[in-house]
Amino acid sequence: MALDIKNGTIEMAHGSGGRAMSELIDQLFLPAFDNEFLQQKNDQALITLLGQRVVMATDSHVVSPLFFPGGNIGSLSVHGTINDVAMSGAKPLYLSASFILEEGFPLSSLQRIAYSMAEAAKECQTPIITGDTKVVEKGHGDGIYINTTGIGIVSNELTLKPSNIQVGDKILINGTIGDHGTTIMSARQDMNFSSDLRSDSQALHDLVAIMVKASPTIRCMRDPTRGGLGASLNELAQCAKIGMVLEEAQIPVKTAVTATSEILGLDPMYIANEGKLVVICPPNQAESLLAAMQSHPKGQDAAIIGEVIEDKHQFVQLKTEFGGKRIIDWRYADPLPRIC
Amino acid sequence: MKYISEFRDGVLAKQIAQQIAAEIKPEQHYRLMEFCGGHTHTIFRYGIPELLPSNVKMLHGPGCPVCVLPIKRIDAAIELALRPKTILCSYGDMLRVPGSNKMSLLKAKSQGADVRMIYSPADTIKIAQNEPDKQVIFFAVGFETTTPPTAVIIEQALKLNLSNLFIFCNHVLTPPAITGILEPAKQAGIKVLDGLIGPGHVSVITGSKPYEQLAKHYQVPIVISGFEPIDILQSILMLIKQVNRQSYQVENQYTRAVSAEGNAKAQALMAEYFELREYFEWRGLGEMPFSAIKIKPEFKHLDAEQSFRLSQPTGCDNKACECPAVLTGQKKPTDCKLFNKPCTPENPLGSCMVSSEGACAAYYTYKPHTYR
Amino acid sequence: MCLAVPVKVEQLLEDQQAIVDLSGVKTTISLALVDDIEVGDYVILHVGYALNKLDKLEAEETLKLFSEGGI
Repeated sequence: MALDIKNGTIEMAHGSGGRAMSELIDQLFLPAFDNEFLQQKNDQALITLLGQRVVMATDSHVVSPLFFPGGNIGSLSVHGTINDVAMSGAKPLYLSASFILEEGFPLSSLQRIAYSMAEAAKECQTPIITGDTKVVEKGHGDGIYINTTGIGIVSNELTLKPSNIQVGDKILINGTIGDHGTTIMSARQDMNFSSDLRSDSQALHDLVAIMVKASPTIRCMRDPTRGGLGASLNELAQCAKIGMVLEEAQIPVKTAVTATSEILGLDPMYIANEGKLVVICPPNQAESLLAAMQSHPKGQDAAIIGEVIEDKHQFVQLKTEFGGKRIIDWRYADPLPRIC
Repeated sequence: MKYISEFRDGVLAKQIAQQIAAEIKPEQHYRLMEFCGGHTHTIFRYGIPELLPSNVKMLHGPGCPVCVLPIKRIDAAIELALRPKTILCSYGDMLRVPGSNKMSLLKAKSQGADVRMIYSPADTIKIAQNEPDKQVIFFAVGFETTTPPTAVIIEQALKLNLSNLFIFCNHVLTPPAITGILEPAKQAGIKVLDGLIGPGHVSVITGSKPYEQLAKHYQVPIVISGFEPIDILQSILMLIKQVNRQSYQVENQYTRAVSAEGNAKAQALMAEYFELREYFEWRGLGEMPFSAIKIKPEFKHLDAEQSFRLSQPTGCDNKACECPAVLTGQKKPTDCKLFNKPCTPENPLGSCMVSSEGACAAYYTYKPHTYR
Repeated sequence: MCLAVPVKVEQLLEDQQAIVDLSGVKTTISLALVDDIEVGDYVILHVGYALNKLDKLEAEETLKLFSEGGI
């Protein structure tokens, strides 16, 4: 759909990770910034500096509530950017962090967040080496917004991009989908759900390291965050101009995610993740890649969930456990709980 | 998940599909409509059409209260939301529905309106209690399934003597809607439906009895169905058997939740606080008599329509919109000139595209190969 | 209509409320529309309210009918 640049305004959908956001990037940002790096449409940029292949990625975090089972906005912001860098196969090295703080935000909360970031960065051996702080008047921010930018180095042999994908390739995921988004929704104070659900927020660079060793010709990886697995797979299908067929029975979903989704009328395929990656690899490497992933704590529930097919429509199809087929469409915006 | 997973068993599905295949008469056409949006959702989510023989066609009805709400009412909700010191509470389904001038409740929110998504009407009581300086308006929509919860909060508001909670009532009734679908065809002397999959959760409240007259009058079998894919397959089989023996009865497939009489307690509560509207305009089906309810005059201090002055409604549907024909099963979504150009789920022009269960939205999402 | 799910009643609370469970996810709902609900019953949950008690015997019957291959 064409953006109405003259009279249009930003809507929540533009930040949801779905088709609306893609349109905003394609029709407003890309024409403005146009360069070969952005044309790649990866979550990170690959540049050559002094003979080294350097990867750079940036991410902003606006989550509410700020603290939730499994993490907080701080740990999220570190993991998120590390993962964006890692999806290129790069080893993340350094991070920056900038904060937009709202007047009146409690210092105790800020310290808690800062320490979480430090802990996450330490675990990943990616120190936060530079940053910035700004304060906005009360009422002009949601407490705190964080932006992190990361850089890493990727080996010369690895050039992961959607155009590598070929018909017959296999699609794998490292674990259960929908954990983060469902946790966030359940943690909203007006929803009174309780369960053992936790955000899956975690850094994936160490899992990626063993994956690229096990399968050096991995085609492409994505971390399905906002918009869920459905958005990421549709993006890849469109970029690579192929179709996909997934097996519902193979897609790992936690019972608590399924149950909460049932009550709220949501589909886990479109719910955000923060510790998951989807990888596409040649068919003859799928089993060994799967074994390598399953041997790592962050890939215990890994599974082969589908394969790439020829399809001029570039559909992502799902073979249901029930025996039928349906299309996983590219949603425009965030899923909302429904009554109907 | 108990009482859910068992009704999604693929092996059972195949068995029923085989029974359906064995039961159909090859020369007969079976046009079955599911009334409920929830049934439409299940049908597409589980790929049910693929399991059916080619002479069994599923048509998609209007059973989505979001789809049938006229633009004027959405405009009114947006107007209420934009009032100062007002909190407009709405179910998620209504937030993106466009009214006139491409406005929606979410767009009103971006312009500064305090629009809050709620999961349950009970939330509006809490909000009203926490914000005594604001007027809290609940945008109540839904068929008979969703109406009793609204009645409960009216009762609570009265008990608590809340003076800042108002209900903008848009509750509609199912039997008149079914009449609205079947009557045009009867008047034209044609039959567009061979069977109707009756609403499941509406019937939990109303019971299966109200549909008996309809089945007889319009000579169409009605099977009240549960929402799991196995329920729908079994209901389809039951309908096919009735068509074959030319029977026009109401059968209940959803016996674990639906009785003939329904939920008497819920019915009594609704009767206590609501009364029939003489006329109500349905998007796509036009004006229908005694098809919707409003809050009784003695509770007018809780009624948003009685308490706030709203401007004269002017919004109306696009003239080229084929929703009336699609809703009554006479045309397919792809028969409408506006379908996909420019009517899409992001830019819906008519009721059938507005909600994810509308016939056109379902087609757009699940059958892109038919129009791309 | 509409989105409603069968959930198990775990605990009865005052004010016609109850804690219900669906596969480990718990939430508090209103029983204002139903009568005679006991712990262990299943109810149909819609927008935070129980609409009716689920008849377990009927549920078993319906499933049995499928597997027997008849109606």
